Amino acid sequence: MTLWLGVGIVGIAVILAIGTNWIGFTNPNEQDLGASLLAPSVAHPFGTDELGRDILTRVLHGARIDLSFGLITTYVSLVIGMFLGALAGYFGGVTDTVLMRVVDTVISFPFIVLILAIASIVGAGLLGAYVGVLVVSWALYARLTRGEMLVLRETQYMMAAETLGLPVRRIIFVHAIPNLLRANLVFSMSDIVLNILTLAALSYLGLGVRPPTAEWGTIIAQGQKYLRTAWWISTLPGIVVVLVGVGFALIGDGLADRLGEDVTGAA
Amino acid sequence: MFAYIGRRIIQAIPVLIIVTLVAFALIHLIPGDPVKIMLASRATPEAIATVRHQLGLDQPLPIQYLRFLGGALRLNFGNSLFLRTSIGPIIAKRAKDSLALLVFSVLVSLVIAVPMAIISAVRRNRPTDHLVRMFSTFAFAMPAFWTGLLLVLFFALRLRLFPTSGLGEGPINYLRSLTLPSITIGFYLAPVLLRSLRASVIETLSAEFVEAARARGLSERRVLFKHVLRNSLIAMITVLGVNVGFLISGAVVIENIFALPGLGSLLVSSILARDYPVIQALTLVFGVTVIVVNLLVDLSYAALDPRVRL
Repeated sequence: MTLWLGVGIVGIAVILAIGTNWIGFTNPNEQDLGASLLAPSVAHPFGTDELGRDILTRVLHGARIDLSFGLITTYVSLVIGMFLGALAGYFGGVTDTVLMRVVDTVISFPFIVLILAIASIVGAGLLGAYVGVLVVSWALYARLTRGEMLVLRETQYMMAAETLGLPVRRIIFVHAIPNLLRANLVFSMSDIVLNILTLAALSYLGLGVRPPTAEWGTIIAQGQKYLRTAWWISTLPGIVVVLVGVGFALIGDGLADRLGEDVTGAA
Repeated sequence: MFAYIGRRIIQAIPVLIIVTLVAFALIHLIPGDPVKIMLASRATPEAIATVRHQLGLDQPLPIQYLRFLGGALRLNFGNSLFLRTSIGPIIAKRAKDSLALLVFSVLVSLVIAVPMAIISAVRRNRPTDHLVRMFSTFAFAMPAFWTGLLLVLFFALRLRLFPTSGLGEGPINYLRSLTLPSITIGFYLAPVLLRSLRASVIETLSAEFVEAARARGLSERRVLFKHVLRNSLIAMITVLGVNVGFLISGAVVIENIFALPGLGSLLVSSILARDYPVIQALTLVFGVTVIVVNLLVDLSYAALDPRVRL
């Protein structure tokens, strides 16, 4: 139930994001100065901003940037982190020590501080946000996978695989990885939410996506000036962000129930 | 006990060193000449040479690192390029306000999370539990800066109970100006604490000593308050320790929304101004803070729970 509700919410969001041009929400930057700061109505369900731009169109176009950011950063980190964590857990020794000290270091920074520091090197913008989040978020997957690998290594079928003299590559990729994937997939769902919220926060601070590009953080930030007179500019897009986040979180809870994994402590 | 403390401190040292290296490396990772980028339109050859010398960038790298490290140990981070004053005192002054905000925020999130976690654990899989879990899912998905704006809209603009931004003078106005930011961060941190605490209370509820207390005929209320809660206190300290980085991340963003003159708003304004010496100093301060807090948590954990020391 939980799982399918989550899949439904995320599915609708993805379909709307992909199909936004086909259903008539074509130009997020189309201005209509005669229709500025209009309250929500049938013509503009989310209202308009100070330049008369339709907020709903902007939110739908923003969804493309935010959803792809969340999915790409999360799953690239998952692949990198899982690979390194599996190696560290399997081989132990120096590989393990060095890798885990690096993980400890990445985790010791408040994530937003490290991401901001990296963005200050790469330059503020979408690219800086991608690099910053990728540099930070693989570490939790590596730590999670390493821990799981330490347990997995002692199981009978892993020992059997070793006794049979299978090549290490085969043991790790064919026998271990499928079993390590479960916990990582469950954790990835809350990570997607975190990464989307991070991009929105960076853009809100003026260090991520720049206006006039429509992105959830920039839309909410631009509405702050009009909070008193045009409350809808900031509030309604925020509700969309929350709903999408809840959708991913529900998928995570549903997967956790189904796969019998509880990784709430991993974050 | 002392062996454990020693071991734990020695473990923290390599991470501390890498953290200083990361902060040090920032300025050298900038593509191009950092001095030119920092000076932008004021980059005359003489100015570049002066600033380069001022920052010690004309020295060999190992010497630069040692000077950075030596300075950091004495909390001397050099001068800010834009504020044109020494960085150490600015950080010290702003750290006080940031710390007040963090303490207030942690209190708010505990007030939200602890009762909910207990109710949710005791009434596990019943409607109350589902409600609490729904709250935590929604709170987790809320962008903190958006929550902050909603609070401003209702409590500052409509009801005029709190200021919209800035720090107030005098103790009462000071607390009033920190209230909305702290509630914002409280709601951001609460779901994370709530989940871990709920799990730990559920675990304690099925522990043998709880069974034993029940078997001795103690009332359910006494079992809960005397035995279960006391053990969950240890879990609470750990959960707070693990999430201190997450907490600070939230505070960095929220300080900016409410224009609070703390370390988080300093970090963002320094990045916008490309004031790299300040960015380096703050990266180091934030990193070291998290390491030290985690160390203290582990040590207090050992003091509270003798099993850890084994």
